[in-house]
Amino acid sequence: MEKTKRKSNLSKICSMSIFWPLMCLVCIIFINFIINPQFLSIQMRDGHLFGSLIDILNRAAPLILISLGMTIVIAVQGIDISVGSVIAICACISATVIVNNGGVVLAICAGLFAGLICGMWNGFLVAYIGVQPMVGTLILYIVGRGIAQLITDGKILTFTNKAFIFIGTGYLLIPMAVFIAIAVILIMYFVMRKTSLGLFVEAIGVNREASRFSGINATKVIFSLYAICGLLAGIAGIIICSNIKSADANNAGQWLELDAILSVVIGGTSMSGGRFYLGGTVIGALFIQSLTTTIYSIGVPPEVTLVVKAVVVITVVLIQSPIFRNMITRNTIIRKLKTKKVAKV
Amino acid sequence: MPDSNVVLDMRGICKTFPGVIALSNVDFQLKKGEIHTLMGENGAGKSTLIKVLTGVYQIDDGEIILNGKEIRITSTQAAQKHGISTVYQEVNLCPNLSVAENIYIGREPIKRGAIDWDTINKNAKQLLEERLNLKIDVEKLLSSYSVAIQQMIAIARAVDISKGILILDEPTSSLDSNEVKELFKAMRKLKDEGMSIIFVSHFLEQVYEISDRITILRNGKFIGTYEADKLARIDLISKMVGKEFNNIESIIKKSREVSSKSSEGNFLKATKFGKKGTIEPFDLDIKQGEILGFAGLLGSGRSEIAKLIFGIDKSDSGTIKIGGSEYSYIYPLKAIKEGFGFCPEDRKVQGIIGELSIRENIILALQSSMGILKYLPMKKQQEISEKYVQLLKIATPSIEQRIDNLSGGNQQKVILARWLATNPKLLILDEPTRGIDVGAKSEVMKLVAKLAGEGMTIIFISSELQEMVRCCDRVFVLKDRMIIRELLGDEIQEKIIMRTIAQGGFSYGKNQA
Repeated sequence: MEKTKRKSNLSKICSMSIFWPLMCLVCIIFINFIINPQFLSIQMRDGHLFGSLIDILNRAAPLILISLGMTIVIAVQGIDISVGSVIAICACISATVIVNNGGVVLAICAGLFAGLICGMWNGFLVAYIGVQPMVGTLILYIVGRGIAQLITDGKILTFTNKAFIFIGTGYLLIPMAVFIAIAVILIMYFVMRKTSLGLFVEAIGVNREASRFSGINATKVIFSLYAICGLLAGIAGIIICSNIKSADANNAGQWLELDAILSVVIGGTSMSGGRFYLGGTVIGALFIQSLTTTIYSIGVPPEVTLVVKAVVVITVVLIQSPIFRNMITRNTIIRKLKTKKVAKV
Repeated sequence: MPDSNVVLDMRGICKTFPGVIALSNVDFQLKKGEIHTLMGENGAGKSTLIKVLTGVYQIDDGEIILNGKEIRITSTQAAQKHGISTVYQEVNLCPNLSVAENIYIGREPIKRGAIDWDTINKNAKQLLEERLNLKIDVEKLLSSYSVAIQQMIAIARAVDISKGILILDEPTSSLDSNEVKELFKAMRKLKDEGMSIIFVSHFLEQVYEISDRITILRNGKFIGTYEADKLARIDLISKMVGKEFNNIESIIKKSREVSSKSSEGNFLKATKFGKKGTIEPFDLDIKQGEILGFAGLLGSGRSEIAKLIFGIDKSDSGTIKIGGSEYSYIYPLKAIKEGFGFCPEDRKVQGIIGELSIRENIILALQSSMGILKYLPMKKQQEISEKYVQLLKIATPSIEQRIDNLSGGNQQKVILARWLATNPKLLILDEPTRGIDVGAKSEVMKLVAKLAGEGMTIIFISSELQEMVRCCDRVFVLKDRMIIRELLGDEIQEKIIMRTIAQGGFSYGKNQA
């Protein structure tokens, strides 16, 4: 009796959406621990916490932000591949304001506003004009870096404003960027799960037509999701440029959109829309960042890093696929049955 | 000794889903050259049995014997290889491909390394003409044809793949009576050629017209197989329902008498309301508490008029007056806030949100009318869902079950619950009984009568005239996107409706002017 009860509890845990992403994260941390026993240690220095884990959290912050935006966009069967370019635009605008002594508050506001406008542009194309999301956001993906270069005149802007640099490098026991990420996670959770927006998003993602018949204004909802996604990219842009004390129109946030999409998928949200998992996405982003850090720290030659990343990602996606897991378990069950029959004879 | 005539023999089939026993120890035998109907209520296991046979599900226990050999059907491809092909209730073809492409998709004839389009088109044309008496341009897109023709094309494809066994899962639910006749002609021809057909339908008359034998399932259990001409209708129904069949008509009549008293006051008034190319401008007065019917053939405008009133389609002429306020057009959210509810015609596409739970499906319309910020607390959501699951007798182990795990009739009940939860003043029901079984049909009809008795206004649209005649106070007959006649009281008869449609009647709009 107790055994079956325990078994059903176990299968309940296994079927939770966050279980597999979490397992992957635990695995990669464990691997790191074996390679380097110092990995898990966290030290206190000058009132700040130091350690590899803190470092991963710090570096993952921008990725978490844009992955959250990507999650809600993917949930309505969309995608936003322009987030990397939006990061560059916002970074360059904020940096320009700082370099011209515009003040920290104005710099932050300008960066956020730019992100919001970019997101609204994407949302306008996708929701109101009906452009396919991939094509609609491809426009800003391409043009975005051009706009960023126009803003900075093709130069890399560097700055020394201490208050602004604090956003990306400052510590209050833990890095400032982590605080920002946690705040955004909480706000997103509240907006999506404590208002009915999350329900509407999932309904639209599963069946837009039926949602319309139920009185949901899908156009408005989709528009606002892209706007939110752009705004989050803006925050990420500010963190990134503040962290490296400069804005580089060509390299800021490059390829980050792909990592974000990966985080969403690893987090358990389907690319075909519908159910979305914010918690899973956060875990997914942490996993991707841990993987990147691991690859560097164990000294994988730079020419094969991408291959290693690809292999790990394929494995993770396979483990998460219920079809793949069924294939494995079914084989073992059939084998068990066969041995049983033999025993009977 | 096994009967040599038996093509397919299924014995002791069992299939369980989490929380539901879908089939328990079901036997089913199919003879060569017979039309064998599978009957049962929603959730009786018909669909599961068919999905087991077509390889969508794998059986947990039991055996399937095809032509004397035990087989395992592990996938849909395996089923096709064994010569079993299926036409599902909803057309499962690609609307953006041509008719011929749809028939030969996945098995295109190849000539010199390229697809041989001439042969495909020629064969498709021949197939449709010879086996189904259908003469159409096979190079046109599938979407340019009506649902009925699409259904015939799906059948043609299945016939062409099949090697002896053809499964038709409610092929007639979207056909009108002439099309059904054509389909039955084709089915009889196939039967004479030695094809064994498994037929699923909820239309009793059709079942008796076409079947040789009938197998009845109830709650996943095998009840029996009977010769069609030796099974009385009342017996069939009581075997399906598992109890004596209630006389629906008397119940409806009784509650109507009550409700006719409350019919007073205009609820909705449309003046020259219309949309170009969809529905001609019409005038409409709806009183509170009445059941109003829209009768007409497929494409006559009966669904379009409902969509216009609910604001799914935007009107481009006239006005609509609801209560005290007048609008030139409305949109779904506005309609819901004015107290409208709308159960759409196409449950799969316009009704259910497949991946979401029953709870989420039920509260959706209520929530959208309350807006984004006022999110119903989880406890309240569960309360509402539990209430309607019990009230409408929705068969499910839990309100957190995904809605697409339910049978068609139960899905329809959830959609009904979605609107009842908003406490509507006007409920538009577009084909609420399509594709659901007799028992659920009578439940839906009883509910309609009960709601009208409580003062709810109902617009009822159905292709089954009998249902309309039974429950409507007034019937508008539509033809060619126009209201052509209003029927009242004793005029509401199947014959009169049909005659009106056939003769065209006089123009209702012109008469008013």
